Amino acid sequence: MDDGFQQNVERALADDQLRRNFAFAMGNFILKRKAVFSDPTETERLRTVGEAIKRRALARLPELLEALEAACTRNGIRVHWAETAAVANRMVLEIIESHAATRVAKGKSMVSEEMHLNAFLAGHDIEVVETDLGEFIIQLAGETPSHIIVPAIHKNKAQIATIFHDKIPGAPYTEEVAELNAIARRTLRRKFQEAGVGLSGVNFAVAETGTLCLVENEGNGRMCTTVPPVHIALMGIEKVVESLEDLPPLLRLLTGSATGQLVTTYVNLITSPRRPGEKDGPTEVHLVLLDNGRSRIYQDPQLRRTLQCVRCGTCLNHCPVYTRIGGHAYGCVYPGPIGSILTPQMEGLDKAGELPLASSLCGACEEVCPVKIPITGLLRRLRDEAVSDAPGGIVPGRGSRRSLSERLAWKAWAWLNTHPHLNAAATALLGVFGDYLPPAGPLERWMRYRVEPQFSAKSLRRRVKEEKVAHE
Amino acid sequence: MTSDSSKPARVYFFGTCLVDAVYPEAGVAAIRLIEREGVRVTFPPGQTCCGQPAYNSGFPEEARRVARHQIRTFPDDLPIVVPSGSCAGMMKHHYPALFAGDPELPAAQAFAARVVEWSEFMVATLGVAYEDRGEPIRVTWHSSCHALREMRVVEHSKALIRLLRNVELVELAREAECCGFGGTFSVKQPAISGAMVADKVDDIARTGAARVLSGDGGCLMNITGAAARRELPFEGQHLAEFIWERIHG
Repeated sequence: MDDGFQQNVERALADDQLRRNFAFAMGNFILKRKAVFSDPTETERLRTVGEAIKRRALARLPELLEALEAACTRNGIRVHWAETAAVANRMVLEIIESHAATRVAKGKSMVSEEMHLNAFLAGHDIEVVETDLGEFIIQLAGETPSHIIVPAIHKNKAQIATIFHDKIPGAPYTEEVAELNAIARRTLRRKFQEAGVGLSGVNFAVAETGTLCLVENEGNGRMCTTVPPVHIALMGIEKVVESLEDLPPLLRLLTGSATGQLVTTYVNLITSPRRPGEKDGPTEVHLVLLDNGRSRIYQDPQLRRTLQCVRCGTCLNHCPVYTRIGGHAYGCVYPGPIGSILTPQMEGLDKAGELPLASSLCGACEEVCPVKIPITGLLRRLRDEAVSDAPGGIVPGRGSRRSLSERLAWKAWAWLNTHPHLNAAATALLGVFGDYLPPAGPLERWMRYRVEPQFSAKSLRRRVKEEKVAHE
Repeated sequence: MTSDSSKPARVYFFGTCLVDAVYPEAGVAAIRLIEREGVRVTFPPGQTCCGQPAYNSGFPEEARRVARHQIRTFPDDLPIVVPSGSCAGMMKHHYPALFAGDPELPAAQAFAARVVEWSEFMVATLGVAYEDRGEPIRVTWHSSCHALREMRVVEHSKALIRLLRNVELVELAREAECCGFGGTFSVKQPAISGAMVADKVDDIARTGAARVLSGDGGCLMNITGAAARRELPFEGQHLAEFIWERIHG
């Protein structure tokens, strides 16, 4: 991934249109969030509540998942457990095939991205149509989401107009937002009616009542979960919470952080398939619970905090790295700060070990995280894991970025910084010869964008000695 | 501005490795400004680096070794004044985590509790007042991320600038955004860091300020290095050095 990541970064940074699209969109998201979380004291209180709910739920995760299964089963929702993405894909396919369905209407689900479900189903001649507008756009363009919440945020109006015109038969070229919406709506209405199965994600699952909570703004999620005769909900196991009472603060945090809304246009609470006498709704509801490495992450109390995430995407919006390189440069399903801590834990440091390094540790993400995930601490932890030479550990690919030269360099650094006389001598040498250092290695990388550091001829230590500040 | 009653007779000064090698003038100014308030300053010559570079690079053992050296170099129960939000943040907020499970944890915690960032010390503890003798000047302020989010001392730093009546402070459009330094980040992810600092120097240039002030040498080195490379018409200076200059005309 290493060379790949650097190439992605350079390509993204060279794309002025992409950078303008991201800078503009993220700037708006930051302002919108600030407008709904305008009172710092109240926001802090709410974040503390959100953190406590998620940590409490995670502390009881195995028990809550069993309670969720029992409650769902009581309500008539069929629950399936999938340890890996491959298993989950097969489960979804089996359900679809058992109904002889060939068309699927799909609502937004990051877990399905994790499973690469669309490609898998396409390989089995199932037509999957993304119905979230952003997902619909990138599906037409043959791309992957560049953001957790707004997957087509890297596209501007003109680019979307071109995609619609090129990919939707009969669609005229228009940059009018209302017309673009109307085109998508007309196209998707038919797809909902034709679909034999509807797929959706889950924002929160309530263990106490067996309720699946799903928020959205377009109504397509409600269509996917009510129009087709079968609904399959996909969920990572960390999304379970204890009780209905947990939902109001979490929803407030999620929507406020994600889109700067007080409430989303649609809040769906799904507790059962169509009951006798009811006129609509699916006759079958399935819930697929995906592990995909989560139970491994769960074993470590510090790493477990990654699982608090509610997928609001606000850490992306506030990240100075994400807003410059965009989501695709990360080369994985979950980009941005959350992706940089989650991806290496799921896929391994051997594959994604560069991501924790793609951060200045500025802490902007942590400051806004609605459930207070200690992101910078987790980035540091993964940096430790990546170069660790101790055996064991639960993060795959641990130690895969070990390099003897780097280890020796830090050992030398530590030695120099525990031997003050040598340290002073080295600093004095920099003062004299600093200007003549060869522009190689780190210095060369520094000087790609800056002039060389101007080392002072006399160090502070020497000045202090000469100017008689008390030194003992 | 009022000072609290616990003005110490003597403090330690931890200069930081960057001020030592690149900005000694700022270190001397910070020390002189403390002494000017009638507080004696002790500069233990054995001090080196706070350990943050290794701590952020996956080498906590090496960071611990260097941190332990600082803890032993500042043995007396005195405030440790640090002219950097980042190094102060490392020592105040990360030493306890770094020594978790280590027999020296209590010593690390006691050390951490004594660490105070320079501008906070000047404002909250000493309650300084200054007579500005300089010519009118427009400046802007860059907050280091750790001064802003870990040490939370930016308001103190700006309060010091506002004491100077001939100084016009113009704030940056995106003051809370990282300049892209991030220690080893700047050389491990040069392209991203370069893009970040390019935007930062543009933001600074747009203020029309003759000088950008900061309380952190790392950010200053990054920002002035990028500005000089592009020949932008502003300079960078550590806040302490700026104040020392202003009150001496």
